[in-house]
Amino acid sequence: MSARALNRLGLALVAVVGLAVLVLVPRLFDLDVVLNVTVYMIMAVLALSLALVWGFGGILCFGQSAFFGLGAYTYAIAMINIGESTAPLILAILVPATFAALLGYFIFYGRISDVYLGVITLTVTLILFNSINSTAGPEFHIGSAKLGGFNGVPGIPSLNVPFFKDWQIDLEGMFYLSTASLILTYFGLRALLASYFGRTIVGIRENEQRAQLLGYDPRIYKLATFTIGAALAGYAGCLFANWGNFVSPTIFGLAQSAQIIIWVIVGGRGTLIGPILGCVGIQWLTAALGANAPSGDAGWQALLGNVPLILGAILVAFVLLVPKGIVPTIGGLEALLIRPRAGASR
Amino acid sequence: MSVPLIETRGLGMRFGGVLAVRDVNFALGEGELRCLIGPNGAGKSTFFKMLTGQLKPTSGTVLLRGEDVTGAEPHDIARRGVGIKTQVPSVFDGLTVRENLWLAASRMHRGARVRAAVDAMLERVGLSAVASRLVGQLAHGQRQWVELGVVLSTDPDLVLLDEPAAGMTDQEVLRTVELVRYINKTKALIVVEHDMQFIRMIATKVTVFNQGAVLIEDNVEAIMHNPTVRDVYLGKQAAAA
Repeated sequence: MSARALNRLGLALVAVVGLAVLVLVPRLFDLDVVLNVTVYMIMAVLALSLALVWGFGGILCFGQSAFFGLGAYTYAIAMINIGESTAPLILAILVPATFAALLGYFIFYGRISDVYLGVITLTVTLILFNSINSTAGPEFHIGSAKLGGFNGVPGIPSLNVPFFKDWQIDLEGMFYLSTASLILTYFGLRALLASYFGRTIVGIRENEQRAQLLGYDPRIYKLATFTIGAALAGYAGCLFANWGNFVSPTIFGLAQSAQIIIWVIVGGRGTLIGPILGCVGIQWLTAALGANAPSGDAGWQALLGNVPLILGAILVAFVLLVPKGIVPTIGGLEALLIRPRAGASR
Repeated sequence: MSVPLIETRGLGMRFGGVLAVRDVNFALGEGELRCLIGPNGAGKSTFFKMLTGQLKPTSGTVLLRGEDVTGAEPHDIARRGVGIKTQVPSVFDGLTVRENLWLAASRMHRGARVRAAVDAMLERVGLSAVASRLVGQLAHGQRQWVELGVVLSTDPDLVLLDEPAAGMTDQEVLRTVELVRYINKTKALIVVEHDMQFIRMIATKVTVFNQGAVLIEDNVEAIMHNPTVRDVYLGKQAAAA
């Protein structure tokens, strides 16, 4: 089987599984499961945003949560003020994208190296965390929306069908919207990566100097990638604010920003399906550990109930044992099995 | 006299207290082939990096067809028709040979013409058989040709080659000589090389660098018999051998 046929098969498989989830989950499971799956889908869109920026653009952004949170807060504030969700939805994408474009301009055109990029993006999200966290008083408001500080913003009105204020999207509707968003994001990014732009950013990731010596300006490509990633994260943030009709500053926190990176590491950099699987798998595990109080003596309970500790152990295990992540590692095994017989493939 | 393709006036580069290149006046005409020799640390690679914008000179100017490009960004200079094969092969190791050439060719063409250009270049550098292999998995000599193919795919007017025959087998060196001659049919070239055999096979005019400055500029036979050159460069090499 040629690599091209394999590629098509993979795309078809993702489409079938995606549609199956979209159609079957609400029919087979109760609403609480549907709600859980909805948040997995939303987080998977967020995972894809970093999969693009880091996995393909080679930009290790430690603060993807900054754009996610900005999207969520922008939607919340705009929605409470406007009451009709078309403009808030667009703003939830535009505000993080603009912020990323500005931040990215100084980073990339200022030739800040990779390590500092990580430090700066992490600092940005922590600054946002601390700033929003300390806006608890009634004097902190934008229009009629109170920022709420560490209490967060509750009662965010749900999305409605664009321009039709009364047609609100209900919980099951949110599931369909989130799942469809994930599927469309996946295929949209696949198309982007197959384009001239996508192939160029991968080239720049592989060897920035060579790309430059061929006449590509890496700065503009990186800035564009960074901005697209932020727009996607912002959109995911908007969905997240809808999911619980609530947003709080923890969305900017260290735990959230670290989690996104763990999803991508576990799933595999340089793939799109990997971070989706990593995201869903780890969230499922987190939920399972939290929900099922482990039996046995107190020591075991304390150990297994400590979710951050277990997530940390998973991360360390992956970095040491499966550094490429799940999907590329499986892909490598498969290539070993297929290549010798297939001969030269793409 | 016509405007040279590339010219430097009083070009200098200082790294802290070290003057790596000093007051280099250099000119190369359209379609000319020039070899650059000199002992290690003579400033050849630094000179190349200044021509391609990878280093900003601390003094002097670089003129490309009479236009001042001193301190321009590397991608800008590349777009004006300067291609370079670096000393350590700079290629996209994680991508296939075909994708490497595609990235270069798509700077010049669009659509189906990219594919045609890539196929033609694969043929030209003799890598059609390994087109689907990752460049990082290829032998050193093959990677050198990938880089040559990548550089040529952007169709530059001036090609800089930094030690193109380094680490190659005799047979590969012969192929590279052939390629250099082919490139020189349509493009100007500056070649840095240590291998005097190689230089003899391709060279017309040679510029000798020593301690950051141009020592002498002459045709290859005269250079070979110049006692000063022998002293600073060839003599040392002979003594080391």
